[in-house]
Amino acid sequence: MNNIRKRDIMSLIGCFALYVVMQLMIMFEIIGPFWELNIVLIGINIILSVSLNLINGYTGQFSIGHAGFLAVGAYTGAIVTVKLGLPFELALIVGTICAGALGFLIGLPTLRLQGDYLAIATLGLGEIIRICILNIEYVGGASGLMGIPRHTNFAWVFLVGVIVIFFIKNFVNSAPGRACLAIRENEIAAETMGIDTTKYKVMAFTLGAAFAGTAGVLFSHYFYIAHPASFTFMRSFDILTMVVLGGLGSMSGAITGAVLLTGISAFLAEYPEWRMVIYSITLIVLMLYRPQGLFGNKELSLKMFKLGGGNNGRTAEGK
Amino acid sequence: MLKVNNIDVYYGAIHAIKGISIQVAKGEIVTLVGSNGAGKSTTLRTISGLLKPKSGTILFEDNRIDGSAAHKIVGMGLCQVPEGRRVFSNMTVMENLELGAYLRTDKDEISRDFEDVFRKFPRLAERKFQVAGTLSGGEQQMLAMGRALMSKPRLLLLDEPSMGLAPLLVKEIFYIIQEINESGTTVLLVEQNANMALSIADKAYVLETGRIALAGTAKELASSEAVRKAYLGG
Repeated sequence: MNNIRKRDIMSLIGCFALYVVMQLMIMFEIIGPFWELNIVLIGINIILSVSLNLINGYTGQFSIGHAGFLAVGAYTGAIVTVKLGLPFELALIVGTICAGALGFLIGLPTLRLQGDYLAIATLGLGEIIRICILNIEYVGGASGLMGIPRHTNFAWVFLVGVIVIFFIKNFVNSAPGRACLAIRENEIAAETMGIDTTKYKVMAFTLGAAFAGTAGVLFSHYFYIAHPASFTFMRSFDILTMVVLGGLGSMSGAITGAVLLTGISAFLAEYPEWRMVIYSITLIVLMLYRPQGLFGNKELSLKMFKLGGGNNGRTAEGK
Repeated sequence: MLKVNNIDVYYGAIHAIKGISIQVAKGEIVTLVGSNGAGKSTTLRTISGLLKPKSGTILFEDNRIDGSAAHKIVGMGLCQVPEGRRVFSNMTVMENLELGAYLRTDKDEISRDFEDVFRKFPRLAERKFQVAGTLSGGEQQMLAMGRALMSKPRLLLLDEPSMGLAPLLVKEIFYIIQEINESGTTVLLVEQNANMALSIADKAYVLETGRIALAGTAKELASSEAVRKAYLGG
């Protein structure tokens, strides 16, 4: 137990060091505005992919409606700051809660479905959310909600990202998290072990949706605008691709996937015609040679590089 | 201990169980035998709450459990080892067993029960940190049983524990079932291997197309002419 706490503190210190380095580089303009924008985008995508990983990777429920929750967060957050004139911190909380609440309501009926059916249902729900927003005049309809103040900066994204990552990491290591893993492995066996499968599936779905909402608030307060076209199902697929590329059920994988894919997009921004080609080739090659994703369901650690893998004692260290 | 009264179970429009009644007394091994599609597994799944009966009642220690959710029934002390083993294949043996104790909070007793399971299944102790999916069929069956025992059931439901196992392993599994029974757990056993099942059971029911065709002590049934012809190969 102490061992784990110590490691948590170590990684927090590591995060802080990374933050200081990045912030200094931004301050002294070693990182220009173009890359600063992309770094913020990477941060937002990390939050999205890590939260989707909780649903798809750890709990094994195949959801592809994440952009819908992103939209809910983006719009409710913008309503709080623009329409009601309340502070950004409140917007973050409201966006998170609204997206979470919607996730809960949607999760209750749809999580009874399995496999492809759940995927189709969540895909449809994501679109329904977008179409609804498109037709609400109050939030600007098809022209989007404009004039959102820029509150998001690198510091906010970094802070929220670290909180979300640590929250999900600890959730997965807790008793409810173990239940989610058991559901992924075998739902019937989980149920015969006394695990309330519906409850934990809805719990994971709600948490994932809530964090997507947080990412949405950050998103709309960085780009000055919340526009329905940013939240199409292609956005959901983007996030899903990051998770699958990194490896379903691996936190390091989800983060790597987000960094890699957002990075590739940014690097190829000057060659827009090549962007999609290289993007797709990357994915095809990966699926051919490493279908379980870059990390499989393992985490990045020094043990990974030792011979024979780091599987021994996995449980012992969890004690 | 367990009283199943006249239950009917449907899969959609298909009437799978037609008015089955079963009684299991404390400390017994009771077995349901019958051919494919007779409704043995369906009966078991209904008792453990994975399926809901359309009519009839199920009483476990005088509490009605029909219609309760499966995870609540486990908490009452009735645990099923599902058919085809269904271990958590990407987790280690130890993690599988830990999940078996999911509903329990008594840490000291849990660690004592780990010891107990490892004593019953020494093979599992050797493979503590091995990923469950890489175990052999017999070892997975042992793991599934050990995992169920970790929830400390008073009534253990076993669904075809001998399925797909080598004869020697089948013997070992049945020996362990008797051992579990002797240490105070009541067992309800579903088997296709009627010979083996009848040899260790106290009481038996023979199922045929969703009905109980015969019932009696295991000895009676094993020597009955009809059963010998239909299930024991002459």
